[in-house]
Amino acid sequence: MNIDRDTVRRVALLSRLSLADSELDGYCSQMGSILTYISKLNEIDTKDVAPTSHPLSTLKNVYRKDVPKPSLTTAEALQNAPSKEGDFFKVPQVIEKK
Amino acid sequence: MDDLHLLTAHEIKIAIDSGVEPSAVLDAVQKRIEAIDSKVKAFAYVNKKATQVKRGGKLSGIPVLIKDNICVKDEATTCSSKILEAFSPPYDATVIKRLKDSGAVLIGKANMDEFAFGSSCETSCYGPTRNPWDLDRIPGGSSGGSAAAVAASQTIMALGSDTGGSIRQPAALCGVVGLKPTYGRVSRYGLIAFASSLDQIGPITKDVEDAALLLGVIAGHDVLDSTSVDIPVPDYCKSLTKDIKGLRLGVPKEYFVKGIDPEVETAVKKSIETLRGLGAIVVDISLPHTEYAVSTYYIIGSAEASSNLARFDGAHYGYRDTDAKDMIDMYVRTRSKGFGDEAKRRILLGTYCLSAGYYDAYYLKALKVRTKIKEDFERAFALCDCIVTPTTPTPAFKIGEKTNDPLAMYLSDIFTIPANLAGLPGISIPCGFSSGGLPIGMQIMARPFGEETIFRASYAFEQSTDFHKRRPTI
Amino acid sequence: MNYETVIGLEVHLQLSTNTKAFCACPTKFGQKPNSQTCPVCLGLPGSLPVLNEQAFLYAIKVALALHCQIQKIIKFDRKNYYYPDLPKNFQISQYDMPLSFDGFVDIPDESSSGRKRIRITRVHLEEDAGKLIHPEGEDYTLVDLNRTGMPLLEIVTEPDMNSPQEAYDYLTKLKTILEYLKVSDCDMEKGSLRCDANISIRPIGEKKLGTKVELKNMNTFKGVRQGLEYEVKRQLSAVKDNEKIVQETRLWDADKQVTISMRRKEEATDYRYFPEPDLVPFVVDPSIIDSIRNTLPELPEAKVNRYMKELGLSEYDSNVLAGRMDLADYFEACAQVYENKKTIANWVTGDILAYLNTHGIMASELGLSANGLASLLKMIDAGALSGKMAKDILTEAIETKVDPEDIVAKRGLSQISDSEKLEEIIKLVMSKNEKSVNDYKSGKKNALGFLVGQAMRETKGTANPEMVNKILKKALGE
Repeated sequence: MNIDRDTVRRVALLSRLSLADSELDGYCSQMGSILTYISKLNEIDTKDVAPTSHPLSTLKNVYRKDVPKPSLTTAEALQNAPSKEGDFFKVPQVIEKK
Repeated sequence: MDDLHLLTAHEIKIAIDSGVEPSAVLDAVQKRIEAIDSKVKAFAYVNKKATQVKRGGKLSGIPVLIKDNICVKDEATTCSSKILEAFSPPYDATVIKRLKDSGAVLIGKANMDEFAFGSSCETSCYGPTRNPWDLDRIPGGSSGGSAAAVAASQTIMALGSDTGGSIRQPAALCGVVGLKPTYGRVSRYGLIAFASSLDQIGPITKDVEDAALLLGVIAGHDVLDSTSVDIPVPDYCKSLTKDIKGLRLGVPKEYFVKGIDPEVETAVKKSIETLRGLGAIVVDISLPHTEYAVSTYYIIGSAEASSNLARFDGAHYGYRDTDAKDMIDMYVRTRSKGFGDEAKRRILLGTYCLSAGYYDAYYLKALKVRTKIKEDFERAFALCDCIVTPTTPTPAFKIGEKTNDPLAMYLSDIFTIPANLAGLPGISIPCGFSSGGLPIGMQIMARPFGEETIFRASYAFEQSTDFHKRRPTI
Repeated sequence: MNYETVIGLEVHLQLSTNTKAFCACPTKFGQKPNSQTCPVCLGLPGSLPVLNEQAFLYAIKVALALHCQIQKIIKFDRKNYYYPDLPKNFQISQYDMPLSFDGFVDIPDESSSGRKRIRITRVHLEEDAGKLIHPEGEDYTLVDLNRTGMPLLEIVTEPDMNSPQEAYDYLTKLKTILEYLKVSDCDMEKGSLRCDANISIRPIGEKKLGTKVELKNMNTFKGVRQGLEYEVKRQLSAVKDNEKIVQETRLWDADKQVTISMRRKEEATDYRYFPEPDLVPFVVDPSIIDSIRNTLPELPEAKVNRYMKELGLSEYDSNVLAGRMDLADYFEACAQVYENKKTIANWVTGDILAYLNTHGIMASELGLSANGLASLLKMIDAGALSGKMAKDILTEAIETKVDPEDIVAKRGLSQISDSEKLEEIIKLVMSKNEKSVNDYKSGKKNALGFLVGQAMRETKGTANPEMVNKILKKALGE
């Protein structure tokens, strides 16, 4: 199964990855052969089969009571921040507003 | 005193009770690390200031090595990835809290495949760990560091994590014991997630009794993990009875097909005969959807991983590329530089399988095949109490042998993956050696929360053989 | 060609639980940045979500109040996208099996005098993102994750509204219902209630929907109406000029009173929804749904009907009273101790509401209690106070928090209704104003009003004006 360079580029952008042109062909062919292998699954008829998202099908309704617990201190929250200003995380400017 | 590092945890407990100082045990282990880790490279981080936090407790004074994807408060936890270099979590994983409460001594972090993506410990940003039985060969992965360290007596016990075989496979290749518990048996809070519906933390130890001991400490319900189950934890050591008369062992034909190394097949079949000799009944069973397990796993695993790894972007923690001109640029540069090739491959694959237009054909399809695989096991367990298979198709291969063929690498997990998909417990125990002196492992799987059956069967086997007593000559 | 407007609204409501949706961090507003976070809401590696039961129950309460069906098996999904206010780079939300669906809210119908049904597509639960600050002129952005993980309800309508006014009516009605349920502050200024709109136009009679524009950044209900009004004009004029309407997101600029395009790349966002593997499914027992249904208060619609049918109030008054739960509660408390509901309604919808609005307070905070109002009304009935005097006393009672009866007693303000006293006063007034008396006697009837006024002045407003009128007329020889 062939997966073309444009598709890999589009998927890379969705994953916030950039692939150098020299790498692109390698990823294309590796992904292609993996996807070919994976399409084996089409051999099975799963028309009336329910999907399994959780291996423990009996586990349901897990809740937590609405009782506050102490938060991390601001220092702890920011302890791994690559860049900070005062009590804030600092990141490069966001150009697109949501 | 010099050989304290060669003992098992249960032997050390007896020694400590008779007056041996825990510090002497720690000392022996640390000396061993210094002597050989430059060759084995099992450690991502050695905690030279390791101390016992609490005295008393089930693992009092026992050195334990932690896989580097389990959070230890204020200690480097990097998943052997550049993108988490210098990351130190402000909290302990639940299993770490339990270990600290039990008196265990945390001696450092074990090397692993980056983000647990791999079966050979070759994708680590720190370089590969080597198999103590043959330094040119892989120790297995992704918990390669944990398994190698236990095999080489650089630690008494270790924790690993298993998503598609990452505890059991390295345990087999390194000649030690590795258990993946039932999904939900051990809390995942603090385990840096690979595939949320497949991951479990489990023990890697020198023998079955140690595995029972360690599991007993880390297992149990956790209010911080919605997928952890509220079922009492039995005293697993009570299952170490050596009595397996009448125990029904299912042997699935699909696990003994072409492609297995003949020495592996021979060793496992011989071990099944040993078990029969101890009173077990051997039953032929079939798990017809086995051949689809690897495909199913790679879709589900990669999809969940692609989402779990989205958070590594340089914004709030971890490595950040400093040349970026804006937010998106920062994300892209950070992730492209911070992740290794296998991580990128899995992320791309996972994103593709979840993307619009492909979700039904890949992800949803895989979830449905997963149901079929689960049903295979349910039907099988009506006929037997546990299922016995080889753990891996071959003994340890050479470093670099499969790095250019990701698909070949994925296929080495073929026997371990189904248990993760179905959420079942599975252990690998040493059951023989190749003619080249490389360890061979046998896998025993059981029903959900059937760890007691697994311990019963594997202890009986272990105690009637001496594979577990052999050590590499390093 | 005539066009019709088609509007759908999406409201996000922050629930007033004590803790966040998936972790036990507190939810206080206005805290120091990054002081209300934990590994879970920070999205630290290894953290896992656990659902806040109260948020879940509040969500069901809202769904039932909006006449929705509750899903049999409820699950959560991941919505995957990258943004610095979303530390996991996915949001835990709901996709194909939301908590509830198929509800409605009725609003006044513009064209007839009846009701129009706005269908609610879904009400689902999700987590909020953090806050970004873009310092002016700088090349960086600051991130505060306190708000990350707060529980949000997303309430989505079908495109059933056909004018900005209907959108406004829907929002006010929705807000009233939500206030009754006491599950949120519902405060647009604090951001606990947010609204986005989808708007398109199409030729009347056309069934297919036109190109829709998403409208954001409307921070008040008025802003929503104004933004939509502007957008309708813009789209109509585009069509007149044969310009194509672009499917895009636009922001309402309240200062400039225009909508502006976000000019984002037209790459459709692929959220790659898939079931959240870290949360298990939820199956709500019907008995729990019933018990929540039983805790629902009398909702605005039912209250209006009751006021009209059982208390004989006008539709207008009923709607005003029921429009604010605190006002309705105040009215009903007074109605327990005073017979004439219409009189109470007049005062409550008039002077009292005016005071509440001017001072921005709740009826429960008013200095004059419902009982106090009742005693004031009783004094009017007994003739002890004129209507005008009562208004003054009302204001004083509210501001000083002194009981009306005590105020009246202290100031000796009882209305003079004693005819003998009044006759004396009127004699005095007539003697001081001979000219007016003669004017009246020679046919200028409005001199009476002047003389009544003088009598009121003489008595500092405490004379019973009806009696003054009667006695004067008699004294003037009628």
